[in-house]
Amino acid sequence: MKKFFFARLLQAAVVAIVVGALCFVLMRVLPGDAAMRIAAGRYGPDARIAEAAEKVRLELGLDRPIAVQFIDWLGSLARFDLGHSLVTGRAVAHELQVQLGASVWLAAAALLLSLLIGPIVGLFGGLKPGGVADRVGLMGAVTFRAIPPFVMGLILMLVFSRQLGWLPPAGFGSPREILLPALTLALGLAAMSSRVTRNAVAAVARAPYFAFARYKGLSEPVVVRRHGLRNAAIPVVSYLGLQAIYLIEGVVVVESLFAYPGIGHALVHAIVERDIPMVQGTALMMGLMFVAIGAAVDLVTLWLDPRMRRTA
Amino acid sequence: MRKLKTLFLTLALGGSLSVSSAYAETLKVAGPWEITGIEPAQTGYVFSRLQVAETLVTTDKQGGLVPGLAENWSVSDDGLAWTFTLRANAVFHDGTPVTAETAAASLKRALAGVGVLSQAPIAEIASDGSAVRIRLTKPFSALPAYLVHFSTIILAPSSFDGAGKITRIVGSGPYKVKSLMPPARLELEGSGNWWGGKPGIEEVSYLAVGQGETRALMAESGEADLVFSMLPVSVDRLKADPKLDVWIATIPRTRILKVNAASPFFDQVEERQAISAAIDRIGITKVILRNPDLAATQLFPPAMKGWNVSSVQPLERNVEKAKELLAAAGWMPGSDGILEKDGKRFSVTMLTYSSWPELPPIATALQAQLRQFGIDVRVSVGNSSEIPARHKDGTLEMGLISRLYSIVPDPVGTLLQDYGPGGSDWGSTGWDNKEMQDIVEKFAATSDANIRVPLQTRAVEILQQELPSIPVTWSELAIVSSKRITGVEVDPLEVNYGLSSIRWAE
Repeated sequence: MKKFFFARLLQAAVVAIVVGALCFVLMRVLPGDAAMRIAAGRYGPDARIAEAAEKVRLELGLDRPIAVQFIDWLGSLARFDLGHSLVTGRAVAHELQVQLGASVWLAAAALLLSLLIGPIVGLFGGLKPGGVADRVGLMGAVTFRAIPPFVMGLILMLVFSRQLGWLPPAGFGSPREILLPALTLALGLAAMSSRVTRNAVAAVARAPYFAFARYKGLSEPVVVRRHGLRNAAIPVVSYLGLQAIYLIEGVVVVESLFAYPGIGHALVHAIVERDIPMVQGTALMMGLMFVAIGAAVDLVTLWLDPRMRRTA
Repeated sequence: MRKLKTLFLTLALGGSLSVSSAYAETLKVAGPWEITGIEPAQTGYVFSRLQVAETLVTTDKQGGLVPGLAENWSVSDDGLAWTFTLRANAVFHDGTPVTAETAAASLKRALAGVGVLSQAPIAEIASDGSAVRIRLTKPFSALPAYLVHFSTIILAPSSFDGAGKITRIVGSGPYKVKSLMPPARLELEGSGNWWGGKPGIEEVSYLAVGQGETRALMAESGEADLVFSMLPVSVDRLKADPKLDVWIATIPRTRILKVNAASPFFDQVEERQAISAAIDRIGITKVILRNPDLAATQLFPPAMKGWNVSSVQPLERNVEKAKELLAAAGWMPGSDGILEKDGKRFSVTMLTYSSWPELPPIATALQAQLRQFGIDVRVSVGNSSEIPARHKDGTLEMGLISRLYSIVPDPVGTLLQDYGPGGSDWGSTGWDNKEMQDIVEKFAATSDANIRVPLQTRAVEILQQELPSIPVTWSELAIVSSKRITGVEVDPLEVNYGLSSIRWAE
């Protein structure tokens, strides 16, 4: 176990340095004048951007050599200081707390909703491959996967906000406002996870130990609970880990459609506006979260599958 | 699993109940502007429009200058010394009085930063008793109009930390900030000590919603009482909704083709006139903006009194004339139909940006229209800073931009920048016209209407003839309000949305 955590910590440190360096280099090889971009981001497209850019250049010391700027950043990072956003002027740590925090809530809500739909549909489909539940599930999965999230979002808004007047089409801060964006994401996620579950369950259902459990006279629910769920869960948990990463990365389209202040939206703005500390801070935190999610998935898998504990 | 679901639904419903009761008496406003930081030069307009902070001078609904925090103002005979006398009864939200010292301090900060004030010929800002005195280096009649700009909002000293960095907005308007969650949400409450009385609705919440379609749905579902900046495509549908009122105002913003008059493609006036005659403004406004009245027959829209001149020949599509003008400028069709002159093809890049969602579709419409005349246009949609950057290094060929003429309520402020020597980010490129520069200088120095009007007319004539920027369409602002509220007024200059005079309908 100690070895496991040590390996993960090492991984996190490597991720931090590699991500930081990559962001630094990439942001500087992008075409366009950073001071101009920052000025446009700050003062909007009606301002005298060229003039504002000169003040920005002086204020931020963008003329300093790149190596000096990078060492500066590493030094601050060692003191756990992510710096200040070049556009909003607030501390990056604070911006991340708000926007990454919002994204984590949205991701959690979406994942939870998709868990209520996907694996359950998949379980019934997988127990009788080719049956009615399987075919209906497949049709639903194909449909929901094929509809782009912004169309799905609009459909849900039209139904739940405009026609029924139950839920607000935009906003954040209360469970009422998170439901529609979370459901938009959850339907797409459930489409995939239901198929992964279905295949995992079908594989388990074909396995000799599953047949044996039936032969020895166990009732169907007991067979599924004792011999089905845990075995089928392993690929599903790994897949959910991937989905969680996809969600936290920020689902830009859904965030901007529902005016939800998440990290995907913030990151796109930060890149367009060349807000380097913000991009670095975000990429860093995301990198670390991916390591954490990876570790969590491994731990759960280890718990689910005792064979791996023996080899590990 | 079932337990989980029950728990979730309970949470969701419980949350929704408590939220709806807490917000029952709140005026809910939605608009497209995100609150990126609180520096006045960046987002002062949010606080000015929502009446949190005030400027010395403000505007009425016709665009005329009226007293804000300054009760009155005057200028010395030589036009160099301005005196703005403050209201005696104005108080900041922290309870301290609005004094001439605090006002002068805010203005000095604005002068040193990025914003319009640095473009006025200001020598010194000082306080004197209850008055702010501004000394100029040369006469400049538009100064009061500059003090309407949101970067000059007057803030209490408690808004700043020891290093002079702004940490919160403590203004003097009818509403004070209750909570601010950048970039999307701002909640306000009545300040209780505004010089203009008590606002009709005490609580206001503002939500930044970037997508136009989502804003329309906010209005339709009753989740917002007042929604700004509707897309043209949603306006008809919203007008048909019996629960909503739709307000439309022409705003002093024109979408123009900024052309580089120093490039071989646009250096002759015939070439610029040909482009103007080749484009179908009615078609663009009908299809993309859904209102053919917005076709820009001259630079300034009719709502800009004095700047819209009825005697000039309107800019219209004229296929024959466009072809003649191009031929007169020496452009002849090549083997592939694209015009050529001295072996050079008429092939240009049109830069535009997506800060305004209508610009890219207008750009592609212009591309198709110009292609019919043998002009090959590549449309490039980028960041808004691309155009000033390419203006600066001289490589700009053509840009489709949206230019606001009421950055200060006197358009001369914009004209001074745009058509001065060397042009500017959003004005002319490679076009130097001495007569125009003289007119604008003279106009800026005087406030005598007898001198101003003929200068104004001549300036418009020159722009119409020379076309350093080719007007394409004018703009309008569509606002939707719920029938739950009354007292909504549209401010075409977008200085102040007058929320304090809105009331719940009986």
